[in-house]
Amino acid sequence: MSYAIEMRNIRKEFPGIVANDDITLQVQEGEIHALFGENGAGKSTLMNVLFGLYQPDQGEIYVHGKKELINDPNDAARLGIGMVHQHFMLIDKFTVAENIILGREPKKHGVLDMAKAVKIVKKLSEKYGLDVDPNQKVEDITVGMQQRVEILKTLYRGSDILIFDEPTAVLTPIEIKELIEIMKRLVGEGKSIILITHKLKEIFEACDRCTVIRRGRNIDTVAITDTNPNDLASMMVGRKVNIQVNDAPYDPKEKVLEIEHLNVLDSRKVDVIKDLNLTVHGGEILGIAGVDGNGQTELIEAIAGLRKVKDGSIKINNDDVTNQKTRKIIEAGLGYIPEDRQKHGLVLDFSVGENMVLQTYYKKPYAQAGILHNKVITKKAKQLIQEFDVRTPSERTLARSLSGGNQQKVIVAREVDRSPQLLIAAQPTRGLDIGAIEFIHGKLIEEKKKGKAVLLVSFELDEILHLSDRIAVIYEGHIIDIVDPKKTDENELGLLMAGRKKGGSEA
Amino acid sequence: MFKKRMAVLVAFVVVLASVLAGCGNSKSSGSSATKKAAFKAGMVTDTGGVDDKSFNQSAWEGLTSFAKDNGLKKGSGVKYLQSTQASDYSPNLNTMVHQNYDIVYGIGFLMQSDIQKIAQQNPKAHLGIIDAVAVDKNNKPLKNVASITFKEQQGSFLVGVVAGLTTKTNKVGFIGGVNSALLKKFENGFKAGVKTVNPKAEIYAQYAGAFDAPDKGRAIAQTMYTKGADIIYASAGNTGNGVFTEAKNRAKNGKKVWVIGVDKDQHDQGMPENVTLTSMVKRVDQAIYDVTKQTKAGKFPGGKVLEFGLKENGVGIAPTTDNVSKKALSTVNDYKKKIIDGSLTVPTTDKEYKEYLANLK
Amino acid sequence: MSRILKKINWMTLLIPVVSVILGLLCGAVIMLIIGYNPVLAYQSIVESIFLQPYYGGETIRAMIPLMLAGIAVAFAFRTGLFNIGVEGQLLVGWFASVACAICFDHLPKVILLPMSITAGGAAGALWGFIPGLLKARFKVHEVISTIMMNYIALYTTAYLIKNFLYTEGERTPTIPAAASLASTFLADLTQGSRLHWGFVVAIIAVFAMWFGLWKTTKGYELRAVGFSPDASKYAGMNVSRNIMLSLTFSGIFAGLGGAMEGLGTYQYMTINSAFTGIGFNGIAVALLGLNTPLGVVLSGALFAGLQTGGMTMQSEAGVPVELIQIIIALIIFFVGSGYVIKWAFGRLSRKGHK
Repeated sequence: MSYAIEMRNIRKEFPGIVANDDITLQVQEGEIHALFGENGAGKSTLMNVLFGLYQPDQGEIYVHGKKELINDPNDAARLGIGMVHQHFMLIDKFTVAENIILGREPKKHGVLDMAKAVKIVKKLSEKYGLDVDPNQKVEDITVGMQQRVEILKTLYRGSDILIFDEPTAVLTPIEIKELIEIMKRLVGEGKSIILITHKLKEIFEACDRCTVIRRGRNIDTVAITDTNPNDLASMMVGRKVNIQVNDAPYDPKEKVLEIEHLNVLDSRKVDVIKDLNLTVHGGEILGIAGVDGNGQTELIEAIAGLRKVKDGSIKINNDDVTNQKTRKIIEAGLGYIPEDRQKHGLVLDFSVGENMVLQTYYKKPYAQAGILHNKVITKKAKQLIQEFDVRTPSERTLARSLSGGNQQKVIVAREVDRSPQLLIAAQPTRGLDIGAIEFIHGKLIEEKKKGKAVLLVSFELDEILHLSDRIAVIYEGHIIDIVDPKKTDENELGLLMAGRKKGGSEA
Repeated sequence: MFKKRMAVLVAFVVVLASVLAGCGNSKSSGSSATKKAAFKAGMVTDTGGVDDKSFNQSAWEGLTSFAKDNGLKKGSGVKYLQSTQASDYSPNLNTMVHQNYDIVYGIGFLMQSDIQKIAQQNPKAHLGIIDAVAVDKNNKPLKNVASITFKEQQGSFLVGVVAGLTTKTNKVGFIGGVNSALLKKFENGFKAGVKTVNPKAEIYAQYAGAFDAPDKGRAIAQTMYTKGADIIYASAGNTGNGVFTEAKNRAKNGKKVWVIGVDKDQHDQGMPENVTLTSMVKRVDQAIYDVTKQTKAGKFPGGKVLEFGLKENGVGIAPTTDNVSKKALSTVNDYKKKIIDGSLTVPTTDKEYKEYLANLK
Repeated sequence: MSRILKKINWMTLLIPVVSVILGLLCGAVIMLIIGYNPVLAYQSIVESIFLQPYYGGETIRAMIPLMLAGIAVAFAFRTGLFNIGVEGQLLVGWFASVACAICFDHLPKVILLPMSITAGGAAGALWGFIPGLLKARFKVHEVISTIMMNYIALYTTAYLIKNFLYTEGERTPTIPAAASLASTFLADLTQGSRLHWGFVVAIIAVFAMWFGLWKTTKGYELRAVGFSPDASKYAGMNVSRNIMLSLTFSGIFAGLGGAMEGLGTYQYMTINSAFTGIGFNGIAVALLGLNTPLGVVLSGALFAGLQTGGMTMQSEAGVPVELIQIIIALIIFFVGSGYVIKWAFGRLSRKGHK
């Protein structure tokens, strides 16, 4: 039986590191094949080899049973291999049709034939049920639609083997559902698909077979019908995965964070936090659930002293920290895992070691009389790297070059190690793979057990339900209700997040 | 992988270097045979360079014509070194001194302190400086420097006479490079000349603050011409070229205005619009030629302050007189005689000019 | 991952080296085309600098302000700021040091010399602080404000000299010996070059940059703010204050560069009608030196060598000095187009695998 794609014994080495070590990938005609692995396992390298961006040091590539040399993306395109990138490569100001035909414009008498282009795009869109309007500008359509435009681009170029690089990372749950339907329709029309992912859910919903790679090596290729999520997850991480649950008894202690009648303006001088009251106790994880844009970000920034409080008060350990300088609040006992880890949590061009002391560099023992004690910092960094299992070659490595999960571990290590009374975790696991999520959840629970107060903000309801002792639902800048996770479910939370209180009344 | 790349690079460099070396050797063998102990004269330009159409160029012309007359070669017998910034003066002068030039000129008063220092460090060297007097700590002229100065006020007076007699608007302008005692000699001589023959004339005088800023020269000229001046005496080195640009533009648009050039005969520079009325020539070339000649004859005028005036043919009005009226020319000649025989003393400073004006009335 | 990083580091180091080589080669080609002998030209540069003490001394002298200007640019760059105002800071530093020396000429050397140097640094600091303040308070981009400050410095110093410290020759009087960095010992050592003790100051400055940025908490903060103002703010640092501080420190280095010219090379200040160019060369020095202290020393030496050597090249090989400017420009061009060099090497390595 011939494969649509067969990559045999691929090896790709970068100076000093083996990104792909003897990997074999066999994709059957007309299947959705998952390429499953943690961040940094070598998935992207393998796909870049297939796409002609890298040359393999060893190994062979067969396309539809024929051995091929793929020197650059043009070769790949000629062979019918198309890639739907994670980051879209579209021109905002152009229409959908213009974007799709870009580089291969249909012409009539040497002049661009736009009418024909629109017709082709419409036809393709209908054939695969993509439901795209060719005349809309890209800047006016949703992210999900933009992704479909990317798919259309590859189809327009005649691809019959489509690579999807983490396609769901940017999509809403409904869009994910629709994407999976589209992928199934594509396969129905005779295309073959490789889906790069680290999300188990998608594999079981969409794929036929799955190749698991770990640290550059093939682990196994299995049919989805023959496996289960736990086995796959274990294969990916290389050990048994424990889904972390907040099993410690709920034993709230003294109030750590007290927010009263808080009012905050956003950057456009509009009230975003309106008369918000919230208390977080030591020894509890308080989850804040809510749809993005209901004031979560501003609330956290106000607590951290990064945004001016218009009215009301914030106390940490009975210290009034309203409108204090950030450093003062940090010293009062705030730990903060920011939402945007790359922009706010790390100095990416600092080494891992330097990032480990981002708030404490000026204090003993890291410094004395204004002089840094680099040895102490290095020692501390090494200790934290080990303790928090940060995968980095050394503490001198730049934070920029770590994977997302390891960057987050650096932040968590730093914040947890300072042993703050109040730990704010904003979207702490967004975009991370199972191993890292497991680890970070464990750390948050550990903090609770130590009697610290944890304020968890997340858009992932699963995460909130899993970890919280209490769930506060935020809606349009105030807490609409506080519920017990054991006595609620996704439906009730969903309604609250939409602003409906129990009994159906509009808040 | 890295090694491979380095190897390619090294190979590339080696090949190119050997190619260059090959070309180089064939050439260098010819030029190294210069005779020893032949007379050598050198000069160091300021940042304007030898093609500044003015001062440096004039000096270099002096040296080249000397070379021509004495069978010296350009580049070995006579040579210039160009300075790209003020800190280059000293090394350039030093280089020529170290290379045993029989005389080394520093062109311009900006090199005064460098010349003084080098003269003291190298007592055997023969140096010359233009437009300044090189002195030691006690303000005495240094024995091994020939200080070459000019009576610019005399030449300026003559072009002032031409301007005073030519102006139709009774308004004339003076644009100086940098406000200094030296440039004041130009200004006051010129003003005295204008007022002597045309007491009603109004004179605008302004300094650009730089010798190498044609844009500023042009801007000032624009203002002066707009205010009604029809003749501008541009005594500002390269800055003066901006005055020419402005005058030519106006001439193109049908408004006849004049420029009086400086240092060299700038007639050609006024072409084709023909805007150069006349020029105050400062014969730096003549002075350099003379001093070099004396040096070659073993009579280096070290420690002397040489003043080149009308009498010595060191200053004067340009040989091209196409645009000057006969009447003006004969008046100029009258005053020239008076200055040479000493019956007229041209003012140099603002104070002297005031006194001169008072005596005129 | 780390290995990839190491590779990038090699590449970054490669760019300045390759740029210099390419610049010199292109210069040679140009000389050949115009009909000069490039071997003789380069030979005269190398021989004069390394074999003749005078030119060696002059090279080191030229290095001093270039290094300080380079340090000033590199320091600001390391903290995320682009200080185009080094030229102006240098001019005010030059003026302040000379003015201080002349005004207090009765003081003994132990007081007057350090005081004059400090005055230069302080003036530069002020000239850096103003754009820093404008940026921190009103978000005025430092590139624009520092350029403006350059002009203000140029004309202010000219005005001040003209009106308060004027002497024959369009300059200030010569500073008293008690404020001079010049040394007969160094001059004798180098056949009467203008080499002065300023090189000690320059070396201290290089050390200060290294120590300050990498060994102190303030430097840590400055670098953090430079790399990521957001993350620094989240970590509780005062971003505005650090911006002001950074430009002030940068200004000190530049001001010292000016003081070295005033107290060392010239012993006076001329009325400048145009910029000295040292400040702008400082940008090139920093760029070529990869904004590292050691890099600035090396590239400062290269630039000074080319400048001084350019003069011997003119006198020995008859090559016009402008050519040296072209070579310097070419080197900067190649550094600036480092991307092309990277790309070329990338191609080279890929071809190697086929």
